Formats: sequence, structure tokens, C-alpha cells
Amino acid sequence: MKLLALVAALLFACAAAAQNAVPTAADPMTNKRAVQLGEKLRCLVCQNQSIEESNAELAVDLRRQIREMIAEGRSDANIIDFMVQRYGDFVLYQPPFKAATLLLWLGPGVLFASGLGVLIYNLRRRRAQRDEQPLTATQQKQAERLLAAGSEQPRR
Amino acid sequence: MTRFLVPLAVFIVMVAFLAVGLGLNPREVPSPLINKPAPAFVLPQLHQPDKTFSQEDMKGKVWLLNVWASWCVSCREEHPVLMDLAKSNAVPIYGLNYKDKPEDALAWLRQFGNPYTLSIIDRDGRVGIDYGVYGVPETFVIDKQGAIRYKQIGPVTPAALKDKILPLVKELQS
Repeated sequence: MKLLALVAALLFACAAAAQNAVPTAADPMTNKRAVQLGEKLRCLVCQNQSIEESNAELAVDLRRQIREMIAEGRSDANIIDFMVQRYGDFVLYQPPFKAATLLLWLGPGVLFASGLGVLIYNLRRRRAQRDEQPLTATQQKQAERLLAAGSEQPRR
Repeated sequence: MTRFLVPLAVFIVMVAFLAVGLGLNPREVPSPLINKPAPAFVLPQLHQPDKTFSQEDMKGKVWLLNVWASWCVSCREEHPVLMDLAKSNAVPIYGLNYKDKPEDALAWLRQFGNPYTLSIIDRDGRVGIDYGVYGVPETFVIDKQGAIRYKQIGPVTPAALKDKILPLVKELQS
């Protein structure tokens, strides 16, 4: 019974801590939008976590900022703009398509296409080699002689 | 011959890319605020909370805005550099006391010395967000027109001061 009470107390403590970690808005719609936005934005302190996941102070502040801006009636695009103006494209997990990100967006496609090109080129060349002229009679004899000489090598 | 030259060329290009990549610091995110007007703020002063300070008050002057906090370890590292800079009177340094308790901030300045002409209190870090602050300390060089011209992310090192900040300040002041 004591154990059960302890487990219950621990579970309760976990739940309480979890509620502390993410400042939630009262309105579930606001909350959902805030979470969606937070997941699109990179936390600058711990760079491989989104603002929604991170527990860095800055991420906590930015989550609060997002919720406030939603409450002010700002659009998602407006909120994303707000973040980009301050922290640059780096905050976006999906960077915009522009001159500076051309290589990032097109690079994999270009790499794939050139790989495919090399493969096709090599396959064609191999086929061309296979379709080469057959050996002449003298060449055939020479080849046979060489092969025979090879097989007569003493074995170790 | 091309059989070897092509892979060698590809290899060299890759090495070059990787070498450049190794030299980059992923923590240093270029600020989109460079050459843009410094975001507006009106904040209470640390030593005289009944008085405020705004970036508008500095129009016509070149100044540094240094983001600091008593809880920030790297701020201690850069502190002597700022003290020397303040003594040289090369450029006024204003402090943005970021997400700090005013009493802790005041105690910190008493203990280590105060390089700032004045400090302002950004208790909940909102002005910090406007300035794109993500790693204290950060230092902004702001020109006479009120535009941000340079941002130092992390502590101001003697090298950064000598090679970047001071030459820029001199150029902006003339």
C-alpha cells in the first residue's frame, strides 16, 4: 500500500513537472498553433532542438512570445517573419528558396542527376565494348597459346 | 589518365569544402540586423530605476551595446577587456542587463567594477529577443544614425577588439 502511494506520488510529481515545462495557453486552438509554430523554429541555444522541445531559457521565452502574438491575433506567417527578422533564416527548419540556399535545395537533385549520368555513360560504354569486333584468326590463336602457356605453369 | 584525374579532382573539391566547413563556427549565426536600425526600446536604468534610457538618446554617437548578466560565466571572461576599453574612452559602452535580478547585477558590478556608462534592465528578455540575443554576452556596435554595424557573439576578446571593433568604431566616428 505504501509502495502504491509512493508510485502515485511520483507519477503526480512527473505530471506536475511536465506541466511546468511547457507554458500552455488556456485556449486549446492557440496551444495547438503555438506548438505547430514552435516545432518549425530552431532553438538557437541548443541548435538541434526546436523551440517547442528545448528547455533553454531562450526557448521558454520564445514560446511565451509566440503564445502572446497568437493571442494578439497575429497570423502564423507574421509570427515566423518576426522570428526571421531577429534571428535570420537560421531559425527556420525549412529554409526559404533563394539565391543563398540554391545549392542546399538543388544540390541533392544535381548530385543524383550527375550520378545517374555517369552510370548511364558507363553502361553504354560497356555495351559498346561488348559489341566490339570478334578476334581475327591469328589473334585467336595467339590468345589460345597464351592461355595454354598460363595453364602449364607449375603449381605450387 | 582521366580515370585518375577525375576522382582526384572530386576528392580535392570535397576536401576543400570540408576544410572550410571545419573552420566555420556553427554557433555563430549571422545576425539579420546588421546595417538595420537598432530595435527601439525604453528601459529603466539599473542604477536609477526611475530614469529610463532609449536607443534614441544615442543618436549622433557611436556606441557599444553590451548584453550581460551576473549569471553569465563568459561575461566575467570579457569583463577585464571591457574595463580596459572603458578606461581608454575610445567608445562609450552601454550595458543591457539581460534576464537578471537588479540586486545581483549591482552586486556583480560592485565586485568586478563597472565599465558601463549606464546599464539598463531587461528583466524578462524581451528587448533581448528584439536584438536577436541568444548567447550572452553579445556586443553590438551602433553608428551615429542608430544602425547596428557589427555584432560580436560571445565574449569580446582582445583580438576581436583590436582587429574588428576598434577599427570599425574609428571609421564610424570620423
